[in-house]
Amino acid sequence: MPREGILISNPLERLSGEQVRQIHDASIEILNDPGLLCFNKKAAGIFQSRGAEVAGVSGSDTPCWHVKIPEKLVTDALASAPKTVTLGARNPDNALVMKGDEPRVFFITGSETNMWLDVDFPTYVNKSDPEKESKVPEFQPRRGMVADLCDSAHVCEHLESVDGYIRTVNIQDKDITEDNKDVNKFFACLNNTTKHVMSGLTSLNQLDNVVKMAEIITGGPDKLKENPIISFITCLVKSPLQFVGDTTETFMEVCQRGLPIVVSSSPQAGTSAPIKEAGIMAQINAEVLAGITLGQLVNRGTPVLYGSVPVRARMDTLGDSYGSIETSQYNIDCVQMARFYKLPNYSTSGVSDVKIPGQQSSIERLFSDIVVTLSGPQFLHCAFGLLDCNSVFCLLQAVLDDAHFQMIKFFLKSPRINEEEFDTVKKQIREVVNTPQKMFINYIRPVMRSGEISPPYPFEGDGEGDSVLALANERLQELRAKPVEHIDPDTAARIFREIPGLLPRLNVHEGDG
Amino acid sequence: MSEDIIESIKKNVIQGRVTQDDEGIEEGMAGQPGVTELIKEALASRISVSDIINDGLTASMEVVGQKFENEEYYIPDMLASAEAVGAAMELMEPYLAQSGVKPKGKILVATVKGDLHEIGKNIVSILLRGAGYIVKDLGNDVETQDIVDAVREEKPEFIGLSALLTSTMVNMEDTIKALKENGLRDRVKIIIGGAPVSQEYAESIGADGYGADGFHAVAVIENLSAGNSVAI
Repeated sequence: MPREGILISNPLERLSGEQVRQIHDASIEILNDPGLLCFNKKAAGIFQSRGAEVAGVSGSDTPCWHVKIPEKLVTDALASAPKTVTLGARNPDNALVMKGDEPRVFFITGSETNMWLDVDFPTYVNKSDPEKESKVPEFQPRRGMVADLCDSAHVCEHLESVDGYIRTVNIQDKDITEDNKDVNKFFACLNNTTKHVMSGLTSLNQLDNVVKMAEIITGGPDKLKENPIISFITCLVKSPLQFVGDTTETFMEVCQRGLPIVVSSSPQAGTSAPIKEAGIMAQINAEVLAGITLGQLVNRGTPVLYGSVPVRARMDTLGDSYGSIETSQYNIDCVQMARFYKLPNYSTSGVSDVKIPGQQSSIERLFSDIVVTLSGPQFLHCAFGLLDCNSVFCLLQAVLDDAHFQMIKFFLKSPRINEEEFDTVKKQIREVVNTPQKMFINYIRPVMRSGEISPPYPFEGDGEGDSVLALANERLQELRAKPVEHIDPDTAARIFREIPGLLPRLNVHEGDG
Repeated sequence: MSEDIIESIKKNVIQGRVTQDDEGIEEGMAGQPGVTELIKEALASRISVSDIINDGLTASMEVVGQKFENEEYYIPDMLASAEAVGAAMELMEPYLAQSGVKPKGKILVATVKGDLHEIGKNIVSILLRGAGYIVKDLGNDVETQDIVDAVREEKPEFIGLSALLTSTMVNMEDTIKALKENGLRDRVKIIIGGAPVSQEYAESIGADGYGADGFHAVAVIENLSAGNSVAI
């Protein structure tokens, strides 16, 4: 049985049906006028061969083409793109089945940060009263390493609300190169979690090695098709409206292999997209439709997710502001657009602008986590551990986020209002009103251990102090101490024999037996 | 035979089962004798009341307290067990004197005049009964004179006064003054509780103790019972 996710019975919608249609029409018009700049010759050729108006751009340093995509190509692509996409997992019980017209939400990690945030709790002594000591969290950012990626995958394996794993941190060890990064990051993830693994690709020449690794784990190419334990993300369209040369190439190669892929666009309202909601929505929708269209032209029926990472610019720095309210609004709009096309949506919530866990982080991420979840995206990424506008990952924050999602999932349980319940409670009411104390406390007990009552916030401390971070850190250490189901020794040995570039230190079975 | 019954009483107190209709925590207990039925059986079998109290009730409440400390039990569990002990004590009350068992004390509880809130007072009552005290509950919105009359008639060792409102907590002070005017103040220890009151307020109106919550209230009364003049 695949993972259940959480089904949203009445999804939150911001756009009326007419507004959805208007965005679609505006996007179709933009795809034709002005169209897109395409820095990939092969992609331009594919569009041209299928009836798009393609013209070389003169005077450009890099060869590029102007592509005007007609509506019919988009319509055909939307018809052929699968409406249900399954993301497999090493443990088949962790598979994710995403239906474009069903608002069932799965919570996923991601994205890929350069920085990893270490946490320590040194003890400080009060200068005026040396008897008083307190432990204060201190955060130290540093470059991410492959050991951190293993650590993160391991902990996320045990975080109950994490449904799938996008590699969280860019591995920057000295012995990691462009040619071995992909195999090592995929192996680090796959060996430490039995959940679905998604990642971008650094080097196209590593694609076949990564796919072969997944085939060895699943038992061959057909088994991988049945149970696609890996999938890919590509930002093939750079905003505004440009097919990037190398990522478009990667995208087309993944599509040819028929593995699931996210067509992701991340415009920033104010800089790379209009600041007005209508503008960024028409543009991001056009960009995603352009990518989906190319994917279906390359390999009709290839499984794609409608990927949306829209964000508003900060007015003080013109950097990304994931914590802004508008960012959540754009994401909810995108969920509606994907649902309009009946395609599974890859959406974004939970990233905060602040650099460390704390009050601002909790407020920003909980706000977006709640409202975007309520809109019913199928694949909600960035939801764990991301700080500083998507550039820092912190496992302690991921543990805190897990508690947030447990709360959200509880809130979204269906109401238990039915005749059987009324029969029970009417009996209770009649009994209690005739007792001297008139209290229902005795009836709490049968439901207290049945999961019907929401648990207390898990990091609530004693007394008046706020010990959330310290308690979450204790939980983090408990999760680190739990074992994880690694790839079995024989399969791991075969992977290390047949896949070049893997770091020997990642083989946890080395030295066994 | 007597050991079996006492063991069953202990088990059912831990399960918080007052009567045979209660479910308890473990599956399939509904329908089996609860504490009420078992105490009746024990008394009919002439099992010593002091053995029932010491080996059945007190021992089981120690287990319940430990489970609460370990966060295995929550307050509804504690209350259910305390209610079971309270029911047992009520059934055994006529036998206590002849058995030489002295009750821990008698307590009058009341929510003061003008205040209809009684959840806190009721919880404290259950916990006190579970701890072996005889509790006389005067109810809520109780006239000050009625409290004075009850003290004169029942001769309790303690009075527990409750209020939830800032507008009614002043009636606690009026009650203490009325007891003084009637020459009854020195006969009883007065404990107050409720959201708007505090240790400082208790001291300012001349009360003997303040219970921050139900468990604290019981601990304060136990402390005062032991002869300590300072509340914990």
